[in-house]
Amino acid sequence: MYSPAIIAEAVVNGLMTGAVYALIALGLTLVYGVLHIINFAHGALLTAAMFAVWSVYVVFGLDPYLAILPLTPLFFGLGYALQRFVIGPASHGSDSNILLVTLGLSIAVENALLAGFRSDTRTLNTDYGFQVVEIGPLLLSKPRLIGFGAAVLVTVLLWLLLSRTDTGKAIRAVAKEKLGASLVGINVAHVYAVTFGLGCACLAVAACLLMPTFYVNPRIGQAFVLVAFTIVVLGGMGSIPGALFGGLFIGVVESLCGLFLGDSLGQIGIFLIFILVLLVRPTGLFGAKA
Amino acid sequence: MTFRDIVPIIILVAFLALVPVFITANTVLNFLVFTLIVALAAQGWNILGGFGGQFSFGHAAFFGTGAYAAALLQARLGINPWTAFAIGSAAGGAVGWVIGYLSFRSGLRGSYFALVTLAFAEVLRILANAATFTGGAAGVLIKLDVRPENFQFESRGAFFWIALALVGAVLVLTRWIERSRFGAQLVAVRENEAAAKALGVDTLRVKLGAITLSGAVTAAAGCLYAQYFLYVDANIAYGTWISVEAILAPIIGGLGTVLGPLVGAVALHGLGEITKLAAGSVPGIDLMVFGALLVVAVAFAPDGILGLLRRLRRPIRSSGVSGHA
Repeated sequence: MYSPAIIAEAVVNGLMTGAVYALIALGLTLVYGVLHIINFAHGALLTAAMFAVWSVYVVFGLDPYLAILPLTPLFFGLGYALQRFVIGPASHGSDSNILLVTLGLSIAVENALLAGFRSDTRTLNTDYGFQVVEIGPLLLSKPRLIGFGAAVLVTVLLWLLLSRTDTGKAIRAVAKEKLGASLVGINVAHVYAVTFGLGCACLAVAACLLMPTFYVNPRIGQAFVLVAFTIVVLGGMGSIPGALFGGLFIGVVESLCGLFLGDSLGQIGIFLIFILVLLVRPTGLFGAKA
Repeated sequence: MTFRDIVPIIILVAFLALVPVFITANTVLNFLVFTLIVALAAQGWNILGGFGGQFSFGHAAFFGTGAYAAALLQARLGINPWTAFAIGSAAGGAVGWVIGYLSFRSGLRGSYFALVTLAFAEVLRILANAATFTGGAAGVLIKLDVRPENFQFESRGAFFWIALALVGAVLVLTRWIERSRFGAQLVAVRENEAAAKALGVDTLRVKLGAITLSGAVTAAAGCLYAQYFLYVDANIAYGTWISVEAILAPIIGGLGTVLGPLVGAVALHGLGEITKLAAGSVPGIDLMVFGALLVVAVAFAPDGILGLLRRLRRPIRSSGVSGHA
């Protein structure tokens, strides 16, 4: 009924989407691994980043791939400020408060975007948006192939940052034992904010990679954030390789479900995996015991 | 619980019941009925989230089940709307029990519980949007047939009274929970689950009782919604908006208090209307204010409006005691 070529193409397409999913999940899992909180504002911040990419393209004519250069530091700064001056002070150190504060932020950001940009769906018309690359029997979309490569590259860079630099060492120290880290002179509030900033920087890169082939409207983040939660839970909360493999896996699952079940039911496979993992093994495949 | 415990509730409800006698403008009554429906959904959330400390981010699962059950039982099977209302609430309770059994049995709590409830609501939304039985994306229409025995009324005032009666009944129910052994055990689970267990509280049973009640109450709000607007679709019934409203109202009003959800819903929607009047018809502006308000409330008023009022009444005694989390 389905020829192997169609299935192979669905798998490869799923892998390419999955890499960008992984990048979004990476920001989420990093914040979880260090701050031990679930950032519900992640989706709304992704939407904000996508609108930022769209705006710089429309206003300055800046190519989405070049927009990575200004937007990544900008979103790092935004994330840093949010954690340092809003989420941190407002939550008084209680986990359930952080949950509510980030939920409040996500509602505020999403609806500010709705008020500013209205609910129209917008796309970018780049001249390479529909170009394809032929690899063997497969026809692959060029921007998505670039997205795949860049997402994997960013994951590797982040991994190096965490394992090789002093900042990375400080982040890992705070993640393991924040009291001990503060005793040896690490500024925990600063490290928290840096981590949150890195999470937001991942979103900026993901937004730049998505926009050539995707569309944006104020509600788009919700679709991504549930997928990202699934990936994070599947890969293990806080695990970076887990986020990468989880992302690729979920991308393929979504693509195959879409092929066999049709578009409207395509996402159901993701949520069933999500619920199943949460119920059976909430620490995920790569996660440490909670 | 004695009669004296519910006297303030009776006075409050009787006072509110006079509103449609003096105000007959349809826009105002529309606003009030909608606010009461949200308050009812939030009262459901408050039983589980406020008293039990289990923060669900997916109460749309219950609201939507109630709304769809009420609409489908009438539209597809021709069942009397009052019966459908009862079945719809029970169905919400059943969904609550199932979700609770699955997630509490696996020991999910905190953010994990919030996530799994969110996912259940999302699965139900996708299913309702895709199935043919539920009318798919087109939704379900309930036939207009204005007769009291058909749960449809000429005046909006009648609907206001029914909604108010339900809110009043849940106020009494919440008051009973507050006073009962079950309520004390529920609060113990919220404050320290391990300690409660060590003292012999059957924590699974207590949490299951709370989520079942919670689901039934929020589903009743969903039934009422379907009956009032005579239409449901997947994005209304299972949409995230109602999950968010159900969380916001108790937190703004006063988490884990009897009156909190009602006070919060009235305050939020009052503020929403004022924002809309001030800012014109900018979409999303009221929700933007709600989101900011949630952050501010958590930062500065963790016990909500009722907590602020209490602090105003006793400024000296409360200065040494910090609020509970």
